[in-house]
Amino acid sequence: MSNLVVLIPIALFLGGLGLGAFLWSMKDGQYDDLEGASWRILDERDDRPD
Amino acid sequence: MSCCAAGTESATELEALKTAGPSAEEIRLSGRSLGNGLSQCDFIVPGVHCGACIALLEKELPKVPGVVRARVNLSSRRLAIVYHDAHADLDGLVKRLLALGYPAHLPGIEEEGGDPVLRELVKAVAVAGFASMNVMLLSVSVWSGAEAATRDLFHLVSALIAAPALVYSGRIFFRSAWRALRHGRTNMDVPISIGVILAYGMSLYETLTHGAHAYFDASVTLLFFLLVGRALDQMMREKARSAVRNLLRLAPRGAMVVADDGSREFRALDDITPGMRIALAAGDRMPVDSRVLSGRSDMDFAIVNGESAAVAVGPGVAVPAGTLNLTGSLMVEVVRPARDSFLAEMVTMMEAAESGRTGYRRIADRASAIYAPVVHLLALFTFIGWLAVTADVRLSLLAAVAVLIITCPCALGLAVPVVQVVAAGRLFENGIMVKDGSAMERLAEADHAVFDKTGTLTRGVPQLVNAAAVDADHLALAGQMGLSSLHPLSRALAEASVGVRTGRDLPPLPVRESAGEGLESFGPGGEVYRLGRTDFALSGPRADTMPSAGSEVVLSRDGALLATFEFADEPRRDAGAAVVSLSALGLGVEILSGDKQGPVAALARKLGIPDFRAAIRPAGKVQRLTDLRTEGKRTLMVGDGLNDAPALAAAHVSMAPASAADAGRQAADFVFLHDSLQAVPLAISVSRKAGVLIRQNFALAIVYNIIAVPAAMLGHATPLIAAAAMSTSSIIVIANSLRLRRASAVLSLAEARGRPGRDQPAGLSGIGVPA
Repeated sequence: MSNLVVLIPIALFLGGLGLGAFLWSMKDGQYDDLEGASWRILDERDDRPD
Repeated sequence: MSCCAAGTESATELEALKTAGPSAEEIRLSGRSLGNGLSQCDFIVPGVHCGACIALLEKELPKVPGVVRARVNLSSRRLAIVYHDAHADLDGLVKRLLALGYPAHLPGIEEEGGDPVLRELVKAVAVAGFASMNVMLLSVSVWSGAEAATRDLFHLVSALIAAPALVYSGRIFFRSAWRALRHGRTNMDVPISIGVILAYGMSLYETLTHGAHAYFDASVTLLFFLLVGRALDQMMREKARSAVRNLLRLAPRGAMVVADDGSREFRALDDITPGMRIALAAGDRMPVDSRVLSGRSDMDFAIVNGESAAVAVGPGVAVPAGTLNLTGSLMVEVVRPARDSFLAEMVTMMEAAESGRTGYRRIADRASAIYAPVVHLLALFTFIGWLAVTADVRLSLLAAVAVLIITCPCALGLAVPVVQVVAAGRLFENGIMVKDGSAMERLAEADHAVFDKTGTLTRGVPQLVNAAAVDADHLALAGQMGLSSLHPLSRALAEASVGVRTGRDLPPLPVRESAGEGLESFGPGGEVYRLGRTDFALSGPRADTMPSAGSEVVLSRDGALLATFEFADEPRRDAGAAVVSLSALGLGVEILSGDKQGPVAALARKLGIPDFRAAIRPAGKVQRLTDLRTEGKRTLMVGDGLNDAPALAAAHVSMAPASAADAGRQAADFVFLHDSLQAVPLAISVSRKAGVLIRQNFALAIVYNIIAVPAAMLGHATPLIAAAAMSTSSIIVIANSLRLRRASAVLSLAEARGRPGRDQPAGLSGIGVPA
């Protein structure tokens, strides 16, 4: 029982981290050009979306 | 052309792009300021296909003076340019783009940025996904037999996770359900909202009273599945919409206004008032209804009256907005402001005609109109039944909630969108854009097809018909001269001369164009070549012996006849085969044209269409469609001109080619990018197939309910069984929908496109027959 008190928050925190990362990447425009991104990875120049 | 994948762009789109790119003034007008003296402007570049295109454009364009940065978005085929306001060479930029092989044009003004609805949906999916995963993990441990104290703790944690997810992700459904209820209607969202809220409330009560059954997992996974369906549906619409938006905008956004002192200034459309003088160069579109003051030219009225033959204009002639100036420059006087133009008149007519569609209710809504009351009655019966037998309110309520949860239209919510997304993807591959799912449902019902003639059944551009009878050298020479002109007949000659083998290479000739008459050029030996109207090209007594028909051009040397070229507006590729396929699909076909009786009758005979009406005004087309509706027919209208736009809006369902006028493309439910008219029967057969699959999915959902509902009413639907049953039914429905993806399900246009040459045999006649 006592270990659950530690484990559940950890699980939720990690899940929340994933959710946060997804929402951030969406806001950052990472999904705006999925086709282009797959080509840009072959390119040596900057790969930041703007 | 661009580096790779030739043929992936549509023929009509490339055709449209042959005209000059946007002018520097237009770019400045559509750019938005970023501060620091910088501005950004977006271009649509249909020619980008791969990483090499990205690298090339992003490396080469910043070399143009004043351009700071270029960024390509491959998915949307957009190019964002950041430039210095003061000293950017924007004309140079457009020229550079053309030289690199990427003709560009500007997007419409009305749209900016991504789709906010889709973003909201994706976020809601993410939150619901997070919540359902975590709640499900906790639920699995409860189902595996956790002891009572642990179970209560897990239920409490689940309740805490589910609450914000329900509020955040569920509000999409709650909002829509509330809207429907307030207008006295029900839709699919009403049972969803009631089910989810009741399940949550009941489970919370259970948790607080240390009960064994909580449905937190069911309520959030339900939201998750349903949101996935919604998001897919929205994505499909957004993809189609952006593809349609990327088509060349035909209405200009401003005009070159000439002041009294002769100074010229580019003004936005809204700032143009009657009485102003406008300079219109060859290749420009008329921005507002005007009258010609000086100059002569040939103008393309196709967008207005749907006819392809160029019209000669001179001083005093009234020219409506949207027409294209082909050969000479004109000075015109504005007669009416933009908002009162012919175009605006058509838009008003379209809005009036829109009623043809508003009466339609989507399959899902019709299903839920039956479904929702049945579900709610069942839940009520269960509650009353249990109350009568056990006299225990808590147990009765629990059983009723279980019924609501298990019948909650998870599969039903996915049944329609998944099929339509798969079908739309299928059509997208073939260059057909669907505006929304309801269009597909309406198309599946269509039993009568009405076609416009010029530009729809025919190409809308004249084609050289006697190429075989003309000497190859003469054709090559005429083609060379025609290259320098925008006149449709010159274009046709230039196109026909491509690939013509001649004994010698032709040097580039200096060409002079006289508007309304023809082209003149001087050979190396001083001889005069003339290409154009008979009385222009031929000198001496021969001139009057030749009949001067509009679709005929002669080539002469020093006034002596060399060759005569004849033109006709050819039927669109596969037009005949498409008509045959449509009949096989059980649709009646008729032509409604603004053209004269003769040409319409000839085309109808050629294509085997018995029913046609000629010389019909836009209002007449709408009237005809209204009559057809009162006869009980569900009409598909296919048309392209501005004059067809009201009819497109009035029809039960409508299609337009990519070459159509802006208003027509906006009004149409489907837009097809490729040249072949087989797109029409293809879209119908895919839509019908989708309709069959949707009905199958509904049947599956009903079978599932027949099994699950009695179990739930008898109180056997524990949270575990509810979760398992819901997921299984959703997966079965999705798997069934994906059958549409199988190659054998629907023949595609791919093979037709793969082969070059324009005389495509009727190789697709198999499309027509639905299984």
